[in-house]
Amino acid sequence: MAHGPATLADGWKAYISRWVFTTNHKDIGTLYLWFSFAMFILGGAFAMIIRAELFQPGMQLIKPEFFNQMTTMHGLVMVFGVIMPAFVGLANWMIPLMIGAPDMALPRMNNLSFWILPFAFAILTSTLFMEGGGPNFGWTFYAPLSTTYAPESVNFFIFAIHIMGASSIMGSINIIATVMNMRAPGMTYMKMPLFVWTWVITAFLLVAVMPVLAGAVTMMLMDINFGTSFFNAAGGGDPVLFQHVFWFFGHPEVYIIILPAFGVVSQIIPTFSRKPLFGYSSMVYATAAIAFLSFIVWAHHMFTVGMPIAGELYFMYATMLIAVPTGVKVFNWITTMYKGSLTFETPMLFSIAFVILFTFGGFTGLMLSIAAADMQYHDTYFVVAHFHYVMVAGAVFSGTAAIYYWLPKWCGKMYNETMGQVQFWVAFIGFNIAFMPQHFLGLAGMPRRYADYGLQFADWNMVSSVGAFIYGGAQIMLLFNVIMTIRKGKPVVEDKVWEGAEGLEWTVATPAPYHTFEKPPLYK
Amino acid sequence: MLKRAKALFLSLLSLVVSLPALGSAVVETSTRQLNMPQGVTEVSQAAYDIHMIMVWVCTVIGVGVFGFMFYVMYAHRKSRGAVAENFHENLVVELLWTIVPAIILIIMAFPATTALLKVYDTDNPDIEIKITGYQWKWQYEYLGEGVKFMSELNTSLDEVYGRAPKGEHYLREVTEPLVLPVGKKIRFLVTGNDVIHSWWVPDFGVKRDAIPGLFTSGWAKTDEPGIYVGECTELCGLGHAFMPVVVEVKEEAEYNEWLAGKKAEAVEYASTIGKEWTAEELMTKGEGVYLQSCAGCHQADGGGIPGVFPAIKGSPIALGPQIGHIAVLIDGVPGSAMQSFADQLSEVNIAAVIHYQRNAWGNNVGDVTQPIDVLNYKQSK
Ligand code: HEM
Ligand SMILES: [Cu+2]
Repeated sequence: MAHGPATLADGWKAYISRWVFTTNHKDIGTLYLWFSFAMFILGGAFAMIIRAELFQPGMQLIKPEFFNQMTTMHGLVMVFGVIMPAFVGLANWMIPLMIGAPDMALPRMNNLSFWILPFAFAILTSTLFMEGGGPNFGWTFYAPLSTTYAPESVNFFIFAIHIMGASSIMGSINIIATVMNMRAPGMTYMKMPLFVWTWVITAFLLVAVMPVLAGAVTMMLMDINFGTSFFNAAGGGDPVLFQHVFWFFGHPEVYIIILPAFGVVSQIIPTFSRKPLFGYSSMVYATAAIAFLSFIVWAHHMFTVGMPIAGELYFMYATMLIAVPTGVKVFNWITTMYKGSLTFETPMLFSIAFVILFTFGGFTGLMLSIAAADMQYHDTYFVVAHFHYVMVAGAVFSGTAAIYYWLPKWCGKMYNETMGQVQFWVAFIGFNIAFMPQHFLGLAGMPRRYADYGLQFADWNMVSSVGAFIYGGAQIMLLFNVIMTIRKGKPVVEDKVWEGAEGLEWTVATPAPYHTFEKPPLYK
Repeated sequence: MLKRAKALFLSLLSLVVSLPALGSAVVETSTRQLNMPQGVTEVSQAAYDIHMIMVWVCTVIGVGVFGFMFYVMYAHRKSRGAVAENFHENLVVELLWTIVPAIILIIMAFPATTALLKVYDTDNPDIEIKITGYQWKWQYEYLGEGVKFMSELNTSLDEVYGRAPKGEHYLREVTEPLVLPVGKKIRFLVTGNDVIHSWWVPDFGVKRDAIPGLFTSGWAKTDEPGIYVGECTELCGLGHAFMPVVVEVKEEAEYNEWLAGKKAEAVEYASTIGKEWTAEELMTKGEGVYLQSCAGCHQADGGGIPGVFPAIKGSPIALGPQIGHIAVLIDGVPGSAMQSFADQLSEVNIAAVIHYQRNAWGNNVGDVTQPIDVLNYKQSK
């Protein structure tokens, strides 16, 4: 065991122990990534059920009660089970390689923070089979629908959220400790790859807001079981308090999701432009600015709760401001490509699509920040379209780009470029067919989380469902591509897999050996 | 199907060729509507205007940014022999693209602020209406007029579950719409009875959350009579999609006539409370009330949903003393989804539905519950 990882050849027992007891950052990264993909299939299945039901007006396949469980579970699984673990997985794999560290700073905690996750999601998913059904109050679980009016299983939901939170906090502490202490000689902060920077900032956001989420669900637990009235108006509490607490977590959370994605794209675009990232330091400052602003805009999700106008104006102005650092990032990426020598391999295609579609989502975000107009947009499909442009075409596209980009380094095999590009186009087209029409639906007046709708919305819903199925198919192709690469891909021997790539991760052998940088490299 | 495909194609086409016309030809029920409605009030017009400004600002910036990006992707590709340069900083451009967007935003903030001020201009109304969200219906109360009624979905479950063809107004029809006069400033005071709902009429530009224990307010004033349809826009449980808002705006004379009629109804109703009802009358009336107000949770066959909503069939309360049954309806069951129906249903309807529950599906208690019993219980508190 001391000399390299156990493989299947060493027998089942040794192989399973390797994964269960591993403290190796690469193994743990791999576990996170596969876990996240498994959850992607699960959350995707929920989405397919939703879109199948919405294919036509009327209730055809499921009951409204189950529909609400599907939208809730879809959101929870995608946010907490797919996007966050996927980026933690990438962080585990890449941060030590990028800063020249032999492993993460706290390897045992690393093991723990991964292995509690499957339990959290097993608990969460099991609620679907409980009497009364699973959580049915939306991923934002507004009280009192999630307290007084919730199914019994809400206690399991709360427990699952606590575990996820603990996992995220441990993961973040580990990343902060690693980056602060284990950088190779010469790797100053302002030389760190942007992916590392965005992750450190994300980790600070996580440490700051996960306890707030834990507080929110604990107050729920007390209201439900111990007779308190934090959110119960009849007992002197305030349902709007819940929303403030939730969004104080929730808005930074959306940046927790997107910042690592910014990091990934900032690695990939320079590689395929064969040119250094434009405006490195402004990228760092913009990321920090976005992180800071994310703490002071939360009530833009609550423009219709009847805040005083002064509060409403403040949250509107503050939210509009976010467009400035976000714009800086987009301009930097495009200028990185300017006068480069561009090629369009699959990771680059996904990254370019990221820039375009994320910017589009940023535009709708800017529109949503205008409080008077948000009175019309709020809680309609327009918002659904907005956050799928930023979260799916943002986070998921960049995650996919990352997989194609680093897969050859991880497993020493090259994916099939044609297959990769076909997958890209299916995903890109499917995504837009699914989500572009949702803007129209929202503007025309279709509220979100509707199990059924009037006939005037029938056409675009049908189009959207078709697009969703195509996009779902693209993910099966991704799985196929990854498995085919691992099993049958063409071996890669160069350390530097991509011609234009820069950074320490490309100085280790391909495939990356089980232990790397046992002696710290010198970074010029 | 084919017709629909054609309509869809046309709408896509219209999107491409007539972007400038976007939204100018809004047909209320059109399946081709792509844009926010302009609506019929100052507030909805203000929302529409600021929305269009944002659309155009974003379009112009988008065309510029993406245009440049596509040019770069074409001109600087390796396959065309592009050789990479090595610059990676330029203070002037970096400052420019921080400051210019900031200035654009500051300019945008002015119309955005004016529009919001309009939304909040709820002072000095001519008429005030209290709107209460219930799971899953709306209650409208004309403050100071003594008129109050429930408005709930009027589409049959058969249409929802595909056992009957869907009517033209599928999910857009209610038992009794909110009726308003033209030319009067109306203030809506919105609150919730159980969970949070949200009262939205796109053509008024009014969307206000209905939160238990709080009032939010909005306003509308329009000169255009007509029927305006809206929705509940805050997830409120399984009937969320099934509690539409319908508002009928009438000419002032018609409105006054309608209001007088409602007041007379209230007076007439008071005289029926004391009347002795027969078991058959109560049974027929009770079934209607049950299907409308109870079956959503307790199900049409009285069987409930195990683990969520208890069954009425065979329930100890339905089979027990009458007074206990009345108490549940009047007081609700605290800490559960079973709300008080005291304000939602009339004494006659409560008596009828109690009689029905005690004598349907084999719950053969055999007693008769009279409206006066309900009234007595209410007054004894
Ligand atoms: C320019 C940047 C952005 C601005 C100005 C912005 C603004 C907004 C506003 C005002 C809302 C509330 C809309 C409503 O409910 O009525 C909203 C919703 C949302 N945004 Fe953004 N946004 C931006 C970027 C992002 C990013 C980067 C993400 C995540 C990756 C994101 C994720 C979300 C989500 C998930 C919601 C909906 C939450 C829910 O109610 O379920 N947004 N955004
Ligand atoms: Cu937000």
